[in-house]
Amino acid sequence: MRTNLSRKKIKDSFVDKVQELSGQNLLACYQCGKCSAGCPAVTDMDILPNQIIRFAQLGLKDELLASNAIWICASCLTCNARCPKGINIAEVIEALRQILLRNREDHLKVEKLTDEEKQDIPPIALICSMRKFTS
Amino acid sequence: MKISYYPGCTLKNHAKNFEDSTICALNSIGVDVQELDRWNCCGTVFSLTTDDLIHHVAPIRNLIRVKEANFDKVMTVCAMCYNTLKRANERVKSDPDSLDILNNFMDREQVSYEGDVQVFHLLEFLKEEIGFENLAKKVVKPLKKLKIASYYGCLLVRPKGIGFDDMENPTILDDLMSKLGADSIDFPYKTECCGAYQTVDKPDIIADRTNQILTSARKQGAEIVVVSCPLCAFNLDQRQKKTVEKYPEFKHIPVLYFTQPLAIALGCPEKTLRFDLNFIDPKPILKAKGLI
Repeated sequence: MRTNLSRKKIKDSFVDKVQELSGQNLLACYQCGKCSAGCPAVTDMDILPNQIIRFAQLGLKDELLASNAIWICASCLTCNARCPKGINIAEVIEALRQILLRNREDHLKVEKLTDEEKQDIPPIALICSMRKFTS
Repeated sequence: MKISYYPGCTLKNHAKNFEDSTICALNSIGVDVQELDRWNCCGTVFSLTTDDLIHHVAPIRNLIRVKEANFDKVMTVCAMCYNTLKRANERVKSDPDSLDILNNFMDREQVSYEGDVQVFHLLEFLKEEIGFENLAKKVVKPLKKLKIASYYGCLLVRPKGIGFDDMENPTILDDLMSKLGADSIDFPYKTECCGAYQTVDKPDIIADRTNQILTSARKQGAEIVVVSCPLCAFNLDQRQKKTVEKYPEFKHIPVLYFTQPLAIALGCPEKTLRFDLNFIDPKPILKAKGLI
């Protein structure tokens, strides 16, 4: 993947927005990689949790918002528990999802779920999924 | 002793076996369980963005109901309800401005919320209020020779300050199962996420996790796995059907709510255990051990 860095992107309001919504200081991260080492979902992610933090520091908005990783994370909070710098990585990923959801870019298309898929699914799963994946 | 109880949505349908076994177990040790007269969905997940107050309305409204019922504590058994109610409670306690906004938002409520209700989980209640030693004395049918792996998942233990045991190596469920006479089986995947709500649109991920988690428990010798979350239960139990389709070498293993073996040990009748709602039938192994 080719990624272009620029001063403009780093100073973009996107970086402030991610920090504000997540309540996290992105620059506290020193890229130790513990979050990605412990994450049970990395095998399905295109950008790993430590890379998500780095991309966010650099204001790589397009790459982050187009990634599948932000929708693979299920907020299990293992990364938060293990971060030696006390950064809540799951909150940063939630902020990225929210930036899209607040503009009505839903990830889950409830109407596209088939009867077979919906069959037997308990309310706890459906409500969680709609809370996390729809606006 | 009388305690206030918040069931949550899934305990009334898919996880009725969780509710019935909980109530029978508590009644059998002399605890009167009083369900809130009115309650609503807890929201299922705690909102992780700083400005998202609207999603704290649902959990806080439930805590108002607890006050209306003249209790200052409320018990939950669902790990997700526990986590969401407790985190929302801690959030408003540490941020009076957001509590004011929420109270103003719910200005037709007769009681305003002041952060004065305590949220606790059944496991905490059994350990701290009843005491595992006292509970052990009330066991009428010890779970002898039953090898149980306790799966904690995420929300009983994380984040720090909300979970009630060590984040990396919790033992409260293992301790309880041991006190009931079972052989407690430790396994490395006991706090690994089951994939949660990804089960709705990405069930393939759940098949991977269920395979890893349950195969690990089985390799350590487990005969059953116990959980405290209806979503973990769905993924680890019902999703075994998809797991074996993806991994033909996968071997089924019964997954129970921890209150089902608890209720057996305390002498509850089989009808309160509602095994008809468990996908992988636990009756053969329980019969083989002389427990039902």
